[in-house]
Amino acid sequence: MSDISSKFATGINPFAKKSSGLPDKLIMVVLISCASVAILATIGIVMSLIFETVRFFEQVPITDFLFGTQWSPQTAITAEVVGSSGAFGAVPLITGTLLISFIAMLIATPLGLASAVYLAEFASARTRSIAKPLLEMLAGIPSVVYGFFAALTIAPFIRNTGATAGFEISSESALAAGIAMGIMVVPLVSSLSDDVINSVPQSLRDASLGMGATHAETVRKVVLPAAVPGIAGSLLLATSSAIGETMIVVMAAGLAANLTLNPFEAVTTVTVQIVTLLTGDQEFDSAKTLSAFALGLFLFVITLILNVIALKIVNHFREQYD
Amino acid sequence: MTNPFSTEAAGLQARHTSERLFKLSGLAAIIFAIGFLAIMVGSIAFTGAGALRESNILLNVDLGADNVDPSDPDGASYRTIVRDALKERFPDVKSRKDRRKLYGLLSPDAALELKQFVRDNPEAVGSRVDVWLLASDDADIYLKGGVDTSLEENQRKFSDAEVSWVDALTAAEQTKRQFNKRFFINGDSREPELAGILSSLVGSALTLVICFAISFPMGVGAAIYLEEFAKKNRMSEFIEVNINNLAAVPSIVFGLLGLAIFLNFFGLPRSSPLVGGMVLALMTLPTIIIASRASLRAVPPSIREAALGIGASRIQTTFHHVTPLALPGMLTGAIVGMARALGETAPLLMIGMVAFIADVPKGFLDSATALPVQIFLWADAPQRGFLEKTSAAIIVLLLFLVLMNLLAVVLRRKFERRF
Repeated sequence: MSDISSKFATGINPFAKKSSGLPDKLIMVVLISCASVAILATIGIVMSLIFETVRFFEQVPITDFLFGTQWSPQTAITAEVVGSSGAFGAVPLITGTLLISFIAMLIATPLGLASAVYLAEFASARTRSIAKPLLEMLAGIPSVVYGFFAALTIAPFIRNTGATAGFEISSESALAAGIAMGIMVVPLVSSLSDDVINSVPQSLRDASLGMGATHAETVRKVVLPAAVPGIAGSLLLATSSAIGETMIVVMAAGLAANLTLNPFEAVTTVTVQIVTLLTGDQEFDSAKTLSAFALGLFLFVITLILNVIALKIVNHFREQYD
Repeated sequence: MTNPFSTEAAGLQARHTSERLFKLSGLAAIIFAIGFLAIMVGSIAFTGAGALRESNILLNVDLGADNVDPSDPDGASYRTIVRDALKERFPDVKSRKDRRKLYGLLSPDAALELKQFVRDNPEAVGSRVDVWLLASDDADIYLKGGVDTSLEENQRKFSDAEVSWVDALTAAEQTKRQFNKRFFINGDSREPELAGILSSLVGSALTLVICFAISFPMGVGAAIYLEEFAKKNRMSEFIEVNINNLAAVPSIVFGLLGLAIFLNFFGLPRSSPLVGGMVLALMTLPTIIIASRASLRAVPPSIREAALGIGASRIQTTFHHVTPLALPGMLTGAIVGMARALGETAPLLMIGMVAFIADVPKGFLDSATALPVQIFLWADAPQRGFLEKTSAAIIVLLLFLVLMNLLAVVLRRKFERRF
């Protein structure tokens, strides 16, 4: 007994073990290095993309890449055949990507917003508890499944509908890929918008309802305008994921680099070209292979910008009402 | 003076109608989205159900002494025996072209099946026996009703002659359908009737093991550091920004990272589950970190204060008291992350896990493919027989995803604590 009290008197913690396994410093180093992996991954992505892209631009001028309207990345068959090194104009790929993402957002925006409004404002707790997880399931289904469904069911459906109406629609169309992608990002729009609508203060609704507005009028004229910034953020995030989506477009959109805004034609996208350039046999130093990294860098930068803007908007919105 | 609350007041009716319409349109949007999900999964399941059955054809084969040497049964040419049995069954087929079609009713694997039969039943050598042999994919599709015989002959792959042979066999009760266990125990094959998902399933499992082994400890470590130890400074903020951005990077970009760094810089083996798992680990890391932080945050400060109060160090507090309480939540997040990794295809294409893999991979460095990549490959294959295989593989993938998510829900329910 006197033992413990004497230790207290000397200021030594009697409960401390002499050594508890690893020294504390080592544990901290391990923890910090775990956290730094996120930084390393980002650096790795940026470095690998930039490094290869720079090598690509040594072979192909950057202006050709950004403003060229021809995309046919053939490499020379023999060293003598100069000039047949292919055309690396990314404009058709970018318009194709934007066209499909636009179609997707055309579908996801009304569906996602209407679902979010209904779930947040009108649905009973029971409906909400059933419908919300079901909607979330749409986001949980792998994109390869959407791609398969788009290529196998949606595209023939569009073609047959077109045929009965007298249109000639190619079997790989921007529309089929866009529709599947649109459905896939619905939960992204709806769950984020749902959060945003829920965070609009109840006092605004009460005031509007107290003035005699119907519930729908309150939503349309008070709640939604108050939630616009947050909703815009959610739409930007959805657009960014549509732009980066790969499997749906690989399976349903096609390879032809058409410079067109016609949704019934086959278009190709940045992601499709990355996949086609890098699967199969490849020589690592050819302009063809390197161009995939330039496309990857483009994709990374665009989605990064969209995400940063979207997160800024959403966070700013949250602070406004907190 | 009019009553402002009367239903006849100007426009009130219209306003109520528009209220109802507004509500209805929201409901319609939800029903449309969920209906799309139901149609998609339903139609794929409907097509995929066919892959669970395979067609067999009963043939009377001659295992007599001149065909099979009793002292060396493995040396016999079972291909010829099977073909002779077919010729014997349909003696009217004379031309070479027709004969080739006739042989095409059976799978190329039928000869191997017969060989296996002889190995299992050595007493059959020297006599004539009836054996069930695997039908080819075209015959299988016809037997399952997949050929529209009302079409002109040149518009379908299955000719009138083939139809008549199969019909004759069916009439003599020489065809049957049975459970297709090959689909679950075979690897990939060029022949749809032989193709199975085992090799890709094992590939996926190996990839996920690596993915979990890397991302879970790292994610938990990062979360513990950020939540329990990190001071609010530039460094921790920078790490957070990085994690959030990493979560939103398109998956294909991770594939490019894997190709440039893991394959070309470090020279790790192409197409291997090791590299696939590493790439997927980087992708799931943000999910796990975010979930782990949330679950650490849910541990009340009183636990920490109590531990610190009786003299535990901060490391002891964290590892002996806080982390064990947060672990179920972290695991739940990790399982959800693994489910997402299981469905990921694009980054695996970049690192070469898109090869034709017939053998089940035996280790982390073998060439392998993953289930979603197998789906992608089969969806691209020209033979019609792969259609139902693709659909069935999708259903298997979805079942695994549902199981993993259910596991996460069950874990959450079982270990959820309200402090």
